[in-house]
Amino acid sequence: MSACHGNPQQPAATVKPHGQPFWLLAELTYKCPLQCPYCSNPLDFAGQGEELSTEQWVEVFRQGRELGAVQLGFSGGEPLVRQDLVTLISEARQLGYYSNLITSGVGLNERKIGEFRQAGLDHIQVSFQAADDEVNALLAGSKKAFAQKLAMAREVKAQGYPMVLNFVTHRHNIDQIDRIIELCIELEADYVELATCQYYGWGFENRDTLMPSHAQLERAERITNEYRDKLAAQGHPLKLIFVTPDYYEERPKGCMNGWGQVFLTVTPDGTALPCHSARMLPIEFPNVREHSLQHIWDESFGFNHYRGYDWMQEPCASCDEKEKDFGGCRCQAYMLTGDANATDPVCSKSPQHGKILAARQAASEPASTDFLYRNERNSRVFFKG
Amino acid sequence: MSEPLSPAQIPQMNPMFRLQWEQAQDCYVLLYPEGMVKLNGSAGEILALVDGQRDCEAICSALMEKFPDAGDIRADILEFLTQAQQQHWITM
Repeated sequence: MSACHGNPQQPAATVKPHGQPFWLLAELTYKCPLQCPYCSNPLDFAGQGEELSTEQWVEVFRQGRELGAVQLGFSGGEPLVRQDLVTLISEARQLGYYSNLITSGVGLNERKIGEFRQAGLDHIQVSFQAADDEVNALLAGSKKAFAQKLAMAREVKAQGYPMVLNFVTHRHNIDQIDRIIELCIELEADYVELATCQYYGWGFENRDTLMPSHAQLERAERITNEYRDKLAAQGHPLKLIFVTPDYYEERPKGCMNGWGQVFLTVTPDGTALPCHSARMLPIEFPNVREHSLQHIWDESFGFNHYRGYDWMQEPCASCDEKEKDFGGCRCQAYMLTGDANATDPVCSKSPQHGKILAARQAASEPASTDFLYRNERNSRVFFKG
Repeated sequence: MSEPLSPAQIPQMNPMFRLQWEQAQDCYVLLYPEGMVKLNGSAGEILALVDGQRDCEAICSALMEKFPDAGDIRADILEFLTQAQQQHWITM
């Protein structure tokens, strides 16, 4: 028996040079009632093409299942905006997926939670911006969102779903970590992701206003560990998952468990990506309107581009850790160095590691709350530019 | 939590987990939010019999009938069920 956690060890019956897309993330729409400044959606989302139809999504799900996909995420934007969500859930269940709704909770109500359950939805993940309405409103750009989220989290549990609460932490809420954990215990969450914000898309634009200082991070991790010990001593089933930001690491993360190995994202307009931020890279990615998922996964240029090690430059090419971290994140390398083939600057062996050190230094100084909010108006600036 | 199971106890799946035969993996898997545990052959066979109706004794008898060459596997089955309980996969 082996824990998998998104990294299937066992080779498929027909041996391929890469893994199966265990995880299919369906970004149903870029529409969202919130404006979180750390959103990982592309900056120019307002200029992307038409959304896939119900039939096109169902066909994507069917083909994904044939390729071995098991976990299906309904994401966005806010997936509740899609009027055909019940149909999509029901089709996913019939195909044998374990389906996850990743939502802000805004637009959810008791009736919908029941309908989704009946249609076969397995799990609802509600994202929170903070443990109180003031910081939550500051970050979500909406004053009513917090009360709605609390009510919906309670309803999700009342209707028998497993519940994961997701708190994106950053310098404006990470000092409340004890209150965040207390709230999760009160809401009877099964898993809590305390995920320090990642700097992609809108998050990268807002990095200097979001990134916590090293001292803040250490304190938060210490408090989380204290809660873990306390919960374990009580035999409490709540699991706390603390995700540290790679900006405070000396080696890069093995991004997505390797390019095109486990994870497949389909964006609202049908573009298929090996991770949800890869659209920013200067690489052409295939679209499900034109190609089968099998072609996309096994044969397309975009999905094969960073498989293996031949593309690497020094210091990665001769590094004895390359099979562990695959040179880090391609998007981060591109954002920080302008070269998508470069070593991820998180790595202390990178000649550009100074950029990470400078960001850490900036994070130790006072920050404003002058966010660039993720909304249509701000997105059009990037679209035109 | 580490008390030995008695044969009359009735295990049931934790609704947090979904057990499913997965053709692409050629094994039973336990699915949970955003994750999956692959089960080995015997673990899958045991959990497939956990239905909230059969007690541990009935699960043992059914498996020994299905695999007559395996001998007396009661102790192994109960040990696995204890582990499964500790993992919160099942409750009693």
